[in-house]
Order: sequence, then C-alpha cells, then structure tokens
Amino acid sequence: MIEYFSSLEFLILSAKMIAILGSVMGALAYTTLVERRIMAFVQMRPGPNRVGPYGLLQPIADGLKFLFKEQTVPGNANVLLYYAAPIVSMIPALLSFAVIPFGPELLIADINVSLLLIFAITSLGVYGIVLGGWSSNSKYPLMGAMRASAQMLSYELSLTLSVVGVLLISNTLSLANLVQGQQGTWFGIIPKWNIFLQPVAFLVYLLSGIAETNRLPFDFAESEQELVAGWHTEYSGMKFAMFFLAEYANMVTVSALATIMFLGGWNGPMFGPSWLQMILPTVWFLLKIAAFLFVYMLVRATIPRIRYDQLMRFGWKVLLPLALANILVTSFFVAVL
Amino acid sequence: MMELLFFVFAAIALGSAINVLVQRHVLYSSLSLILLLTAMSGLFVLMQAEFLAVINVIVYAGAIMVLFVFVIMLLNLPQDEDEEDRLRWLKLLGIPMGLFLMFMVIRTVWNVEGSAAAPQLSGTPQAIGASLFTDYLLPFELTSLLILIALMGAVVFAKKDL
Amino acid sequence: MIPLNWYLILGAALFVLGMLGFFLKRNIIALLLSVEIMLNAVNLTFVAFSSRNGQISGQIFVFFVLVVAAAEAAVGLALVIAMFRNRETLNVDRSNLLKW
Repeated sequence: MIEYFSSLEFLILSAKMIAILGSVMGALAYTTLVERRIMAFVQMRPGPNRVGPYGLLQPIADGLKFLFKEQTVPGNANVLLYYAAPIVSMIPALLSFAVIPFGPELLIADINVSLLLIFAITSLGVYGIVLGGWSSNSKYPLMGAMRASAQMLSYELSLTLSVVGVLLISNTLSLANLVQGQQGTWFGIIPKWNIFLQPVAFLVYLLSGIAETNRLPFDFAESEQELVAGWHTEYSGMKFAMFFLAEYANMVTVSALATIMFLGGWNGPMFGPSWLQMILPTVWFLLKIAAFLFVYMLVRATIPRIRYDQLMRFGWKVLLPLALANILVTSFFVAVL
Repeated sequence: MMELLFFVFAAIALGSAINVLVQRHVLYSSLSLILLLTAMSGLFVLMQAEFLAVINVIVYAGAIMVLFVFVIMLLNLPQDEDEEDRLRWLKLLGIPMGLFLMFMVIRTVWNVEGSAAAPQLSGTPQAIGASLFTDYLLPFELTSLLILIALMGAVVFAKKDL
Repeated sequence: MIPLNWYLILGAALFVLGMLGFFLKRNIIALLLSVEIMLNAVNLTFVAFSSRNGQISGQIFVFFVLVVAAAEAAVGLALVIAMFRNRETLNVDRSNLLKW
C-alpha cells in the first residue's frame, strides 16, 4: 500500500485530480459571472461591470462577501441537517467530474460503467435540496423541497430513458468509448455525432436536463416569485454559496454528458503542429460545453416559468412517452440494420 | 487493501443499520438507510459487481428512498410519540433473542468456503444482460407485470376517497 | 481476496438487525425501512455467492429483488398515506379496528 502511494502512477493521478478540480472550481465561479453578463445583455442592461475590467473580479468579490457574511441558523431548525445539506449537495456535484473525459488522456478514472455512475451520483444530489428545505423548519423551503423531490424523480426517468437510444447505437457504457465511437464523418462533411441519429433523444435530454438542474423554466425548487427563494430561503453566506456552486456544477455535468453522448465529445477538426494537436481535443470539448451552457442561459433569460401541474403533466405525458417511443424506433432500426 | 475497504464498508453498513433501528424520527432512519445502501454498493464493487453497485444506488438511493423521504415530508410527521409501555418488556425480551438468533446464524455460516476452482466472474452489463434476456426472460417479463400491478395498486390506495 | 464467509456473516448480521427492527418498531414507515434492510442483506449474500461460485444467476436475482423492492415501496407508501389520512397515526398498534 505504501509503495502505491509513492509510485509515479499515484503522483500522476493526484496531479490530474488537483488540475481538474481546481480548474472546475475556477470555471464554476466564472460561469456565474458569464451568466449574469449574458442575462444582462439579453435584457438590455450592463450587468456587473464595476469590479475589475469588464467585471472580471466580480466572482472573487462575491466569494469574499460570502465568506464574511454572518452565519445565521433559523430558530427551531434541525442544526445537524441544516449544516449537512450544502455539503450533501456539493459532494455529488463535484464527484461526477471524476469520470468525465476532458480529453483522450485527461480523465481521472476510466471505468466500464461510467455513464451509469454519473447518473447514480447525480441522483443523490436531490437529497441536498430536500434536506436543506426540510431542516430549515420554514414553510417556503419545505414546499420548495417537496416540489424538487417530486420533480427530480419524475424527470430523472425521461433523462435516463433518453440516453438508452444512444446506448443502443454505440454499445457501450463507458464515456471514453462513447466519444471514440463518434469519430469520423459521413460524406466527408457531416460529423458522425449521435445528435444526427438521435434528434428526439437529444431534445428529451435537453428538456429533462434543464428540469434536473432546477433551471428556468423548470426552477420550481427555487421559483423566487412564489416561494421567496425556495429551498435555500434560510441559507446565507458560505452555505448558500455551496448550494449555488453545486447548481452550476450540475449544469456543467449535464452539459458535459450531452457533449459526450450527442455532440461527439472531444472530436473535432485537427490541424497545426503537434503541441496544438495535444490540446485541441480539450479545447473542442470545452467549447462544446460552453455552447451548451450558453443555450441554458439564453433559455433562462427568455422563457418564463410554467405552472407546476403543467410541469408534471409535461414530464409524464409528453417527455416519457417520447423517450419510450424513441427507444422502440431505435431498437427496431438497430435490429433491422 | 481490499480487506481494509471491506472492513470500512462493513462498519458503515452495520453502524447505519443499527442507527436505522435506534433513531426516533423516521427521517433520520431513512437517511441512515441511504448510507447503508451506498456502503452496500461499495461491497458490490469489491466483488466485481460494478453494474449492480451502480444500479443499486440509482434505483434504491436515487428513487425508492427519495419516495420515502417525500412521503415523510408530505405527512410532516412529528417525533415518534412515546407509546404506552405495552412493548417495553417485549423489547427487553426481543433484543436478547434477536442477538441469540444472530449468533446462531453467524455460527452456521462461519466456516462456509467458496469453491476455489470457480471461474473469475465480472458483473459487467453485457454478462448480466445476456443472462437476463436468455435464461431469465420469462421472469424478467413477469416483473414488468408486477410493476404494472404495483402501479395500479398505488394509484388506487392513494386516492382521496378510499 | 476476501473470504466468502465474511460477506455471509455481514449479511446474516444485517438480516437479523432488519428483523429485529421489523418486530420491535411500531412506526409503519420504520417497518418498511426494516424490510429494506433485510432485502439488502439478502442481496449481499446473493452477490457474494455469485461472485465466488462464478455464476451470474445470483446477480440476476438481486436485479429481481430490486424490482420487487421498488414495487413494495410504491404500494407500501401508498398504504401509509391512506392509513395516515384515515387514522391520523402511523402506529401499527393503533390500527386495531378488526381486533377483538
């Protein structure tokens, strides 16, 4: 055991972990800034642009503010669960980055069921919301938590089922193999991405992904016009920041999964000298994720929230049958061809 | 290394199982059970049953236990009220008897050994799927019937005017 | 390589713990949770035998146990809600109208 901890393999693994975790945390902080700026541009206002050039130091200022805020605990709250809930939602959100391949070499663990592992980890994320809402001992958080648990349970079904079509085509559950299966082009121009084979699945995945991460127009756990701030009404300071970061980490995870499964992962045009070819896959991957996140932000800025019963009806009566029909059609074609 | 991991997961599993029993509020019990389930998944991974480990977390911790927590929050239960002591002496009697049963069962399995010549098995999705859709096709189809019946039963029971 | 009987001992201990809970707890949700503990103990034993004897059947059985557990939880919780709505309590000792 001691030999292992001093081996080169272990050192490389630790370096990868630190690099990925550090860059993810930094990127998450700046995603918040980018989102606020984009929302502002859509709504014709300047957005946060005072702290540093173009507001680039805003995340740091926010972080400092979160750190120095007074820690409040609501009366009669369940203190243990109240403090545990942000951690419970933060850990699964960051854990899924362990199996996401950022490039051909840049992944921490390549296991043969990594796709299912991500679904398993993200399915635990709901407990952070539920416990945070329940332990605050206040009515709006409780309502937010109950909405969140029902909503995330319902949309997880269509999220998981939308993926099955892709799995039928690519015959693997490993994310790295999924990406490798999408190399090459049809007729020399159209890239061999699964989105062209599975457009319905992509649509279902996109919509249920938005619902899974509690974003507008499906943000019923938070819905500030009805429930103050939903499940994190009673949270402030660093605890709120952890919930906030967990939400963005989940967004990035969903985007990364969509990129890997539907948009070809790190595949893209390769050119230039060898050092450029080393980093190009990662650049393509990050660009695709950024494009996906941009769609998320545009959706948030443009589409109003629907009603809660409409949300449940949409999930169970539209998305779920659509995902099932997609599986049927896909398996028919896979069996025939 | 493997032994160390086994002891860690076994300790978590046993501790959380005991915690399920001693907690007075069912929400704590269910949270403790979630911990038990994740420890169980860790044990499955130690036995090369990766697919089951992941499915265990997705189905149990991610769906069934969310349902439990949802119902507990929906009913907004108070702490378990202290019941009349009809059961106090039953508990005093039951716990030693349970421990005795545990002792007997453990003594039975103490010396069991697996066949040494058995082939190495890896619980990959391919292996499980191949077996599920050939040898166990009929039971697999029947489970869908079971789920349908459970679905209808749940709808009927949860109706307002029972 | 971990010996087979370690898993069996752990499974037996968990099963008896679940059984104790089922007999001693009075809250119906706690009873359902105890059943889940027992099911998990059985799952552990199944997987241990499966991996040590090189037969996949044990893992398939765990799969079926999961399905049954899901069905049981759905119906059981629906019953819990119906019971709470009608009797305002979850104590199984208070649901004794048919007892004489």
